[in-house]
Amino acid sequence: MTPDNGPTPAETAAAERTASEARDIGGDYDRKYGFHDDESAYDFKSKKGLDHAIVEMISRYKKEPEWMRERRHAALDVFLAKPMPRWGNSKLLDDIDFANIHYYVRASERQGKTWEEVPEQVKKTFDRLGIPEAERKFLAGVTAQYESEVVYHSIREDLDKLGVVFTDMDTGLREHEEIVRRHWGTVIPSEDNKFSALNTAVWSGGSFVYVPKGVKVEIPLQAYFRINTENMGQFERTLIIADEGSQVHYIEGCTAPTYSSDSLHSAVVELIAMPGSKIRYTTIQNWSKNVYNLVTKRAVAHAGARVEWIDGNLGSKLTMKYPAVYLVGERAHAEILSVAFSGKDQHQDAGSKVVHVAPNTTSVVTSKSISKDGGRGTYRGLVKVHKGAKGAKVNVKCDALILDAASRSDTYPTMEVDEKKVAVEHEATVSKVGDEQLFFLMSRGLTEEEATLLIVNGFIEPFTKELPMEYAVELNRLIQLEMEGSVG
Amino acid sequence: MSTSHPPLLELSDLRVAPVADDGSVGKEILKGISLTLRAGTVHALMGRNGSGKSTLSAVLMGHPKFRVTGGSMKYLGEDLTGIPVHERARKGLFLCFQYPMALPGVGVAQFLRQSVKGVRGADVPSKEFRPLVKKHLEALGIPQTFMTRYVNDGFSGGEKKRMEMLHMLLLEPRLAILDEVDSGLDVDALKVVAESINRLRSPERGQLLVTHYQRILDYVVPDEVHVLLDGEIVRSGAADLAREVESRGYEWLAKGAA
Repeated sequence: MTPDNGPTPAETAAAERTASEARDIGGDYDRKYGFHDDESAYDFKSKKGLDHAIVEMISRYKKEPEWMRERRHAALDVFLAKPMPRWGNSKLLDDIDFANIHYYVRASERQGKTWEEVPEQVKKTFDRLGIPEAERKFLAGVTAQYESEVVYHSIREDLDKLGVVFTDMDTGLREHEEIVRRHWGTVIPSEDNKFSALNTAVWSGGSFVYVPKGVKVEIPLQAYFRINTENMGQFERTLIIADEGSQVHYIEGCTAPTYSSDSLHSAVVELIAMPGSKIRYTTIQNWSKNVYNLVTKRAVAHAGARVEWIDGNLGSKLTMKYPAVYLVGERAHAEILSVAFSGKDQHQDAGSKVVHVAPNTTSVVTSKSISKDGGRGTYRGLVKVHKGAKGAKVNVKCDALILDAASRSDTYPTMEVDEKKVAVEHEATVSKVGDEQLFFLMSRGLTEEEATLLIVNGFIEPFTKELPMEYAVELNRLIQLEMEGSVG
Repeated sequence: MSTSHPPLLELSDLRVAPVADDGSVGKEILKGISLTLRAGTVHALMGRNGSGKSTLSAVLMGHPKFRVTGGSMKYLGEDLTGIPVHERARKGLFLCFQYPMALPGVGVAQFLRQSVKGVRGADVPSKEFRPLVKKHLEALGIPQTFMTRYVNDGFSGGEKKRMEMLHMLLLEPRLAILDEVDSGLDVDALKVVAESINRLRSPERGQLLVTHYQRILDYVVPDEVHVLLDGEIVRSGAADLAREVESRGYEWLAKGAA
């Protein structure tokens, strides 16, 4: 990865303003989404800070097998030993106070099996998020991450019949220990980076999905993730295994509640696509604007498998996320389609990583970034073609749309190609919403705000059209909220 | 129409200069234009490239790169200067672009619907919008699939002009300004465009055709013709003035020419 040039004076000033503005941002979110939970309703919360005692407590509380407890402890040592990354946004990373974070919070005693059993407070939150009634009906099984625990989880009967496992990671570990033990941490070992080590040490929740050979899951498996306690870190751990010839689409969507100080979100997502299988993983990330979103997402694609990351980033203060695909089997295909929206005091440092190991593997990377009100968008991408990956095809396209002079967009594409017989295409564009476009749209009766929103929505349309309709509508609504009052 | 009503468009000694990105105002492009366009009439504004034709079209619609430096431009008795672009559209003005913008990712149906909603000030029910669009598509010889494409993205010149006509017919503007609508069109497309303009003609509406060539005026016969040269109207007359320009060129109308 290319090291960053360090923060500009404007960023430093912005970071210094953060403490006071976080309160304003919180206020804004209170208005926008209008909810804040009564913390006394939480029945368990670990003390702040991180040491082996906390890790031991989490593991014992969850009644985990010995090997998992050992992995947690080993990972904590890795985390403590590894220095903070010096690329991305070092200034903001250095601001993280690991001693001032709750590493485990449990929202309710047990999981709801039916909608009726879900706590009223949680239902209210879903209502405010505007998850439509119709969508709920279509949910194959809702894994709703509320705090660090999965509170609502129902698997439709036909999924059960097909032998599809869709559960939270803790249950997955209890009920499918052998599969979990075989695959967990094989794609992203805790040594991979400081934050994957942190996650391995204190993970809680997330999803476990196993799709048996030849099974095609027609309905997307959806999970809503939320953070809701001040200074609480969230460390989901997701493992999805698509066995030979199977197909699955998993959707992770987030929206943001109220906060008053920084919060850390550091997930690890591992995908294993066995020969001939297909996994699509869709994310809409909208953490509140004080959240650090430092996520490691990686997939392994075996022969003839196809992995698609559809990754949308709207929220957070700093996101560093580079969904990766390792193409280890012949004719495996990777598709990474991402959108990053950076507003005031936001830095979206997002991108992708594709590693071509086997011959005739192909990848298509499409990245769209929008920055406005001084927001900063960074595309950081790596394409690596190993020697022997003959006939590999790579296509990378990065488009940036900058909405005002105060905003910034940078592209750091890295290509390492060690094989001669490959086709590599790379294209990058940076555009601004032009006077001529606005004039054209306004001459047809649209206000400047409507015109800008239309251009922005058009710009990300290649992304939106890949989303299920409810998510596309939600994304457009979120972007409209982001754009409101910022134009003209 | 009674002369006691204000005319649709009344330009009085209108002077216009370009504004640079740094805000500085350049040399005047329009140097005192006066004309009166009444409802129920079509005016043609003819001129060579660089005479100021497109500047006039743009300034009437409120393009931010031009500034009115003198005189006035009144629409239904109200001075347009300072009125935001979208408000002009909502008051019934329409500018048909010589080079309409491509809007990648923005569907034709979505754009038209939002535009009609903006101009009318109320949402258009699907059951009204769909048959209306269908009717116009058929008249313009455009397949239904056109509606699912992105606005002007990868359109041919003819398709772009048809798109503009479709938009105009849906909005039914009180005053349509058509900037070089005939440029780059073959005869068949030209006829389709001309028919659209003629369909819009009514005692309440008016059209200003801005053109280099007389060709389209065979199909849309104007009530008045004005010839613009170096930012000034040097001659006004009836439809036959256009044919005279066509046969003699513009040179004879230049200042000091015989």
